[in-house]
Amino acid sequence: MTLRTPLTMVSALAMLAATAATADTLTIATVNNGDMVRMQGLTADFTAKTGHEVEWVTLEENVLRQRVTTDITTKGGAFDIMTIGMYETPIWGKNGWLVPLDDLSAEYDVDDILPAMRGGLSVDGTLYAAPFYGESSMIMYRTDLMEAAGLEMPDAPTWEFVADAARKMTDKDGEVYGICLRGKAGWGENMAFLTATSNAFGARWFDEDWKPQFDTEEWATTLNFYIDLMNEAGPPGASTNGFNENLSLFQQGKCGMWIDATVAASFVTNPDDSTVADKVGFALAPDTGLGKRGNWLWAWALGIPAGTDNEAAAKQFVEWATSKEYIELVAENEGWANVPPGARTSLYENENYKEVPFAQMTLDSILSADPTAPTVKPVPYVGVQFAAIPEFAGIATEVGQEFSAALAGQQTAEEALAKAQALTADAMEAAGY
Amino acid sequence: MATQHSRSAARLMMAPAVVLLLGWMLVPLVMTLWFSFRNYLPLRGGDLGWAGFDNYVRFINSSSFWPSVSTTLIIVGGVLAITIVFGVLLALLLDQPMWGQGIVRILVIAPFFVMPTVSALVWKNMFMDPVNGLFAHLWKFFGAAPVEWLSQASLTSIIIIVSWQWLPFATLILLTAVQSLDGEQLEASEMDGAKPLQRFGFIILPHLSRAITIVVLIQTIFLLSIFAEIFVTTGGSFGTRTLTYLIFQRVLESQNIGLGSAGGIYAVILANIIAIFLMRIVGKNLDA
Amino acid sequence: MARNVTTQRKIINTTAAWVIGLLIFFPILWTILTSFKTEATAIADPPVFLFFDWTLENYQVVNERSNYGRFLWNSIFIAGGSTILGLIVAIPAAWSMAFVPSRRTKDILLWMLSTKMLPAVGVLYPIYLIFIKFGLLDSVLGLTIVLMLINLPIIVWMLYTYFREIPGEILEAARMDGASLKSELLYVLTPMAVPGIASTLLLNFILAWNEAFWTLNLTAAKAAPLTAFIASYSSPEGLFYAKLSAASTMAIAPILILGWFSQKQLVRGLTFGAVK
Repeated sequence: MTLRTPLTMVSALAMLAATAATADTLTIATVNNGDMVRMQGLTADFTAKTGHEVEWVTLEENVLRQRVTTDITTKGGAFDIMTIGMYETPIWGKNGWLVPLDDLSAEYDVDDILPAMRGGLSVDGTLYAAPFYGESSMIMYRTDLMEAAGLEMPDAPTWEFVADAARKMTDKDGEVYGICLRGKAGWGENMAFLTATSNAFGARWFDEDWKPQFDTEEWATTLNFYIDLMNEAGPPGASTNGFNENLSLFQQGKCGMWIDATVAASFVTNPDDSTVADKVGFALAPDTGLGKRGNWLWAWALGIPAGTDNEAAAKQFVEWATSKEYIELVAENEGWANVPPGARTSLYENENYKEVPFAQMTLDSILSADPTAPTVKPVPYVGVQFAAIPEFAGIATEVGQEFSAALAGQQTAEEALAKAQALTADAMEAAGY
Repeated sequence: MATQHSRSAARLMMAPAVVLLLGWMLVPLVMTLWFSFRNYLPLRGGDLGWAGFDNYVRFINSSSFWPSVSTTLIIVGGVLAITIVFGVLLALLLDQPMWGQGIVRILVIAPFFVMPTVSALVWKNMFMDPVNGLFAHLWKFFGAAPVEWLSQASLTSIIIIVSWQWLPFATLILLTAVQSLDGEQLEASEMDGAKPLQRFGFIILPHLSRAITIVVLIQTIFLLSIFAEIFVTTGGSFGTRTLTYLIFQRVLESQNIGLGSAGGIYAVILANIIAIFLMRIVGKNLDA
Repeated sequence: MARNVTTQRKIINTTAAWVIGLLIFFPILWTILTSFKTEATAIADPPVFLFFDWTLENYQVVNERSNYGRFLWNSIFIAGGSTILGLIVAIPAAWSMAFVPSRRTKDILLWMLSTKMLPAVGVLYPIYLIFIKFGLLDSVLGLTIVLMLINLPIIVWMLYTYFREIPGEILEAARMDGASLKSELLYVLTPMAVPGIASTLLLNFILAWNEAFWTLNLTAAKAAPLTAFIASYSSPEGLFYAKLSAASTMAIAPILILGWFSQKQLVRGLTFGAVK
């Protein structure tokens, strides 16, 4: 009797612990992009392997960002895993808000993650979020329209060529527009594109003393070039087009060229959604011969907020969703063209994946982006299409609104730049730079 | 008529509502006031100390402040004007004898049931999109170039969307008021040879004044804080940044709680100015 | 109203009213129609109105992707709960304001309405912090309380205007008969106030159902209502008009049906006693 009681207690405790370990429910906040929706559909595989249940909170990107930022800054603890990007991760990681991912299992093979992605998601060498997919930007173009215009797209074109081709491909009566570019205001929308593009034109956000640079010649050239090109060869309403709007225009065959995220390649070549699936070619984002290309680097990654009750289970999920096995699982279900790209080196060594038409161009684009030296002139910040400082998102969204208004013809490029310069200087002063 | 007893009972009955609302108003307000004097930047480590009136000065000196106030007033004013003018006309029409009155009424009030987010999404994508929107098709059908609604006519577009949502509300209130019009008085005036316009000006409009006041009051309260319609359609670009939206940008996009809180206090002040103004009119009209 | 109207005038009225009614209703109709199209048909040029291959595909996709039932249940619970809770608090308050008015009554009423003018975004952080402190984040209870507080001023005001229409003589008669305050409230007033309470209930249910700021920002998975459901469809990649329409239809259908069935009540509810 005296012997049995502690034993039963121990076994009961063990059983309790076991049920606790298997019955966790994870709340995961994610963005409603195609790859994440696919991941949601495959949750059953994770539950079967680990026993943990998953509750999804799928939100549109802007709503998601606002939601998770509120939660992490107040330590609200509403989520066990958050889908965040390359901009948030280093800032949050530095503040100690994320669980460091430094004890991932050996099978996970963390060294397989593309160095550019790993670097962008780490602080001082410690990984804080695991990349679910990574992207750069590149040109997607209509091979048939290019041919009809009598031109041939080089693998690494210049902006001069792209602008010329765009004007030649445009047929406004036939609703074909030579080039579709982002115009919708937002630091992750038009400013991602414009900041990256300005790098190719030799511009930069700040000089080494954090002084805003919108009053420079380079920015004026960039913005005027962009606005002129869009007015002559862009679709109507370009100032409200973001990634999604341009994607659907391209899928409908209304764009000759589109410079945007490399992940879009699998959508525009998917015959189920795209009317031009078999007529798409790819090229590196253009340059102007100054040594930098206008292609960005981004990753959507899974991070675990510090202080969550389900840290162990959350880590299991992060490993599952960003593993090599997950990629194979998607390939099995949806085909190789639809696996989440840009995160792992091994994917690009896979014979099956090499068959995918855009695989090589995606890898080349990712490899040619350099967040630590993004511009022609030196800068104090890290990031190609953003500057990894907490103030950037707010400032860039307001700057983006000025540029968007300039594209819509409500003010000149010069007026927009003057306002951008003033509001950036003001915000930087408020932040104590 | 009221005894001392019933008076204290009345106070007791009012207490829960008053206390709850007082709490709901005071607790966040006090916290907002506190934050507005702090240098509170969550992404830079949280509360960085006393800021004095810096946030207030910075918020009001920002180039976006006054435009945002005028945008707010234009949207509120525009929507009020549209919903009241069309509401009165619609109410007069719906009051006339006709076939299928019940069904028409249902059709007219339906927009009121639609969530603001949904109506903004539907209008933005399916009507105002310059390539695939129905308006674009309609314009092209008549040989005109499609309008880029949300960029070139951004404020108008938002006023259209919001008016569509609130027109049913205005129409319903005005309709009930019209229905209670004294038919005999109207007939008498008709016999006296009053022209329709005169009848409208001298009999109908004065009769509706109280209903109109109520529409103005209730709608203003809701319109001052419209958010979803702007968030979904323009994101505050093209001159559609209202004061509420500007505060949203400071608090959530720039993550500057102190600055945003100062903006919140300004918004409360603005709302109260409008409120006092409204209450003056309403107070007079409600006593009847 | 016994006005003699010619058939001709009635025809004109009918036509005008129907044309305008259909115009106002058209965006909703178009959304419902689009939800039965394929994505390709949804953006067809020229647009197709009725003659297309009707499909339920979009509803299937939406159903597979989200747990519609739970969102719906949360919406019903939050909107219903907050309205009922609001009525419980508001009925006594409105009663006493209407029947035992004092010099302050009007000021209190107007003050209550003015609390609605605080911009929600400005107080997001304070409220969020309070919610964390009391463990109310992502709970149906927390949201119910917030929505109750938001709509309380409107509820009080509506009820007040109704109660004021109840003739005071009836009350006096009841008092003469020696009715206590309690029985006065229970047996005399409540039955007379039922239509007013019903329409107040309806209007506030709709307002709570459509509230999209707090319901989005204070929930995650467990308590998320239909407004959050919509937020996951607002701009997915690629062609999305048909799926968006299906999701929108699913989000507004319950309230639309409820509204239609209770149209008469609502018409009364929206008068705010503006009319004697």
